[in-house]
Amino acid sequence: MTLLNVEAIDVYYGDFQALYGISLKVKQGETLAIIGANGAGKSTLMKALAGLMTPATGSITFNGADITKLPSYKRVPLGIALTPEGRRIFPSLTVEENLLVGGYSKRSGPWNLASIYDAFPLVADRKDRVGLNLSGGEQQAVAIGRALMSNPDLLLLDEVSLGLAPVVVEQIYAAMPKITNAGTTVLLVEQDVNQALKIADRVQCMLEGRTVLEGTATSLTRDQIASAYFGI
Amino acid sequence: MGWLNAVVQGVLLGGLYALLAAGLSLMFGVMRIVNLAHGVLAVVAAYMGYFLVDKLHWPAFLTFIVVIPVMAAIGYVLQLGLLNPALGRGGLAPILVTFGLAVVITNLLQQFFSADTHSIQTGTIATDSIHITDDISIGVFSLLTFVVGVVVIAGLQTYLSRTRGGRAMRATSDDKDAAQLMGIDNKRIYARATAIALAIVGLAGVFLGMRTQFSPTAGDATLIFAFEAVIIGGLGSLWGTLIGGMVLGVAQAVGAQINPAYGILIGNLVFLAILAFRPTGLLQKAVNS
Repeated sequence: MTLLNVEAIDVYYGDFQALYGISLKVKQGETLAIIGANGAGKSTLMKALAGLMTPATGSITFNGADITKLPSYKRVPLGIALTPEGRRIFPSLTVEENLLVGGYSKRSGPWNLASIYDAFPLVADRKDRVGLNLSGGEQQAVAIGRALMSNPDLLLLDEVSLGLAPVVVEQIYAAMPKITNAGTTVLLVEQDVNQALKIADRVQCMLEGRTVLEGTATSLTRDQIASAYFGI
Repeated sequence: MGWLNAVVQGVLLGGLYALLAAGLSLMFGVMRIVNLAHGVLAVVAAYMGYFLVDKLHWPAFLTFIVVIPVMAAIGYVLQLGLLNPALGRGGLAPILVTFGLAVVITNLLQQFFSADTHSIQTGTIATDSIHITDDISIGVFSLLTFVVGVVVIAGLQTYLSRTRGGRAMRATSDDKDAAQLMGIDNKRIYARATAIALAIVGLAGVFLGMRTQFSPTAGDATLIFAFEAVIIGGLGSLWGTLIGGMVLGVAQAVGAQINPAYGILIGNLVFLAILAFRPTGLLQKAVNS
């Protein structure tokens, strides 16, 4: 069953067009990775899915409902959660308070404070620390935990590995099976192609606001991905 | 004789100033709105109390059950109708809106109640006092105001730090876009914050009207005292606002003890001294850019 269906959306920043007729489908329970170089429009796509930007044309359907023009705070109760680019942890709130705010919409499901602490020991160790005093990796783990607290049907992960040490990236990705095994559908944006291929069922590659390649993670060859990624 | 008494009276007066300042502090903390209509809104509450007591012959302390909810409702509507639209138009817009509002309300009050001074009659509680020593006696009304001030600050602090709604308010204050990604409608949160702020102003305004005489222009001085309490205590800290109110109250009372004409002056000088030597206020809180 199709959980998310994006039909030919165009998104603009003022006069600048960032997305050109992007379409994608995500099935219930699958993991889709959007890869692409800087400026390909990956984060813009995530913003459109989370409701931070509104497409000029095209439509976004989630669970059968048209959400194209719905503001972000109304998408969370429907089951969409985003860990935004730059993490955006609430700096004056403690880690635990950040997580509790993540659960503001009171959706029921497998995720609560205890199961988050269990899946992310890094987060449990820091639960009384304020957001301002976290390292980048800690912030990213808290951001993912905070998004999970809303028990989303669709989890949007924007640039999980950006700016983090490889060892920290490994730690965070180690928790991914726990998320997908809980039945959560994941759409992630990654610059790190290897990491994306490891956990994704399907991959969609973007270049300059357009989709240039898509397929299952196992069927695509290195060369195909490299030429799509760099546009050569 | 009298110095210790002046300090005690000043501390008690600080409770009223803290009550007047708490709403100002909350609105600035959550929305970065400097509400220049804050003082005159307190005066509006005082006039509501005066109207109920003087014209409808209600007992003075029963007026709270009407004034507080009405002020909260005004706050909710004011935020949704006027201030939220202004917030999207740059930092200066909300300040100008509240400034204009203060001018309009002041003139409306003059139209309806004239420029004469009024006060809310409370009966014997205004003069009852508790004898402590030969030098010190505490007015029952002053003590009541102080206790209410402390309870309100403590209650507001508890709401912000321990409840779901309070956490959402602090999260919105930190980063309103990220808060929306958590399912929080920031415009509703703002409306709730202003409703709480004006409910407290309603309480403070009626106490003010019971304590002293007021006229439609009394909002200016009220606003300045509230500002001074917030700044002395430190922006963004509610306990700081209580301490700021007490410091201001003590400064004014001790000043008045030196010379009855110096009370307000000494209060302002202490405020300026704090601004010059400790501009972050007494209880400094980390300010995140």
